[in-house]
Amino acid sequence: MKRLSLTAAVLLVVTFSLAPFLWSVLTSIKTATELRSIPPTYVPHTATLTNYSDIFNRQPFARYMLNSLIVGAGSTALALAAGALAAYALTRLRLRAAGTIEKGLLLFSLFPAAVLIVPLFALARTFGLINSFLGLILVHAALNLPFAIWMLSSFFREFPTELEEAARVDGFSRLQILTRIVLPISAPAIGATAILVFIFSWNEFVISNLFLSGHKVTVPVAISRLSGASAYEIPWGQISAAVVLTTLPVVAAVLAFQRWIISGLTAGAVKG
Amino acid sequence: MRYAYLVPAGLLLLGILAIPLLVGLASGASELGQVFEDTDFGKAALTTLWFAVATVVLELILGLLFALLLHQTFRLRGLARALALVPWALPTAVMAMSWKWIFDPTAGVVNNLLGTSITWLAQPQPAFWAIVIADVWKTTPFVMIILLAGLQSIPRDLYEALNIDGGGPVRRFFWVTLPLLRPAIALALTFRLIHAFGIFDLVYVMTGGQADTETLALFIYKVIVKFDDPARGAALTLVTAAGIFLFAVVAGALARGRARA
Repeated sequence: MKRLSLTAAVLLVVTFSLAPFLWSVLTSIKTATELRSIPPTYVPHTATLTNYSDIFNRQPFARYMLNSLIVGAGSTALALAAGALAAYALTRLRLRAAGTIEKGLLLFSLFPAAVLIVPLFALARTFGLINSFLGLILVHAALNLPFAIWMLSSFFREFPTELEEAARVDGFSRLQILTRIVLPISAPAIGATAILVFIFSWNEFVISNLFLSGHKVTVPVAISRLSGASAYEIPWGQISAAVVLTTLPVVAAVLAFQRWIISGLTAGAVKG
Repeated sequence: MRYAYLVPAGLLLLGILAIPLLVGLASGASELGQVFEDTDFGKAALTTLWFAVATVVLELILGLLFALLLHQTFRLRGLARALALVPWALPTAVMAMSWKWIFDPTAGVVNNLLGTSITWLAQPQPAFWAIVIADVWKTTPFVMIILLAGLQSIPRDLYEALNIDGGGPVRRFFWVTLPLLRPAIALALTFRLIHAFGIFDLVYVMTGGQADTETLALFIYKVIVKFDDPARGAALTLVTAAGIFLFAVVAGALARGRARA
């Protein structure tokens, strides 16, 4: 009996978590006629992939995805490179100011986006970074850096010092120890951090919406701007197909790397 | 030089975030006085406060229930945890479009299930609750994961000791779990309040600030982008940021129990 109610409760939580996503999947394979039917049908009577081909043929959706990939890859590479160096210094090099710096980082991670609209808009204007991928890459990397340093630090701390000391004796420099020993051994941790940082950039909306326009927009901005000829002709089939294509990789990544992501997040949360 | 390792990170954080933030906010100092006479700002502040209170309260309750449930031992627990985490990882603005479709007045699921024909996103009260529901769906997993970490740090022997004393599950929850979970609850509360006051994506996509749902972030965005008034925007941001931090710090301290000590 107890087993049964536990199973039912877990199923309820999982259904609640997946419902809007699943509804988008069902909507995305319906025909235009079925989308207009009242009351709405739940399981489509006839499944179609027209909505998927439409977003690529009628909208430059492939271009939007490429834009998101460029910004995501660029900012992830930058945040991880700067983050790994900083995390290594903070956890391994016995810096006197390490504690203060870590507290300062926490402050950075607390900025809500609302506070950043004014300064980032001014910055982008001053340096001509409006509608440039470089501007957005720098901003996403900076926004993600405290998190990347925090997560990498929690993994580096668990790394045995004996290996490093042995490498020291063998004449490795500090940078060599980082690039040849610490980084290769921490590959799974770095992978988990990279995925979360990439997901953040892939999802980010406020700043991307502020910075980009026209064909240069990223996927979330593009989807929020998808509309029909009039307010009454919102192309919900195409929008749902775009929602599925954008969210499916994220769902897949969370499931594939669940162990690392959850342990990384919980390790960070306990320390915070 | 050991500090050289911090240079790239320092340049990014200071150059992109800290310095522009200080310069930008300083430019608003001259218009600070006007903010308090700005009735639009007052209205947006109140709307934001209601959003923050409604979403954070619901997310803490649901997040605690989810965490307690997923802390039990059962088969496929890892998978269940990962699936419960999915909403938090999905793009908010993109899922806001899904929610807009779910709350569609004619072909939407909600009206169909309830047998109603409410124009959800065009009226103040329904629009408010539609956005709250979408936010609770999106952010409960974040609270859940922090509380789950808190639950995992409670030593098992404490429960075993109570079991010997004959404590039932309700006593166990109120005597052991809840007091020891307090730091995690305080952490979740502080983080959530700070970000709840910045709510933007869901409102921007679902209603665009119509139907009395304009929050502080939306208002500041409008002042900057549409009215092209950076000084006013900076002054508004300054007051908003001060308010957010004050509120979050007080709430965090209260939850931690320091205010009573």
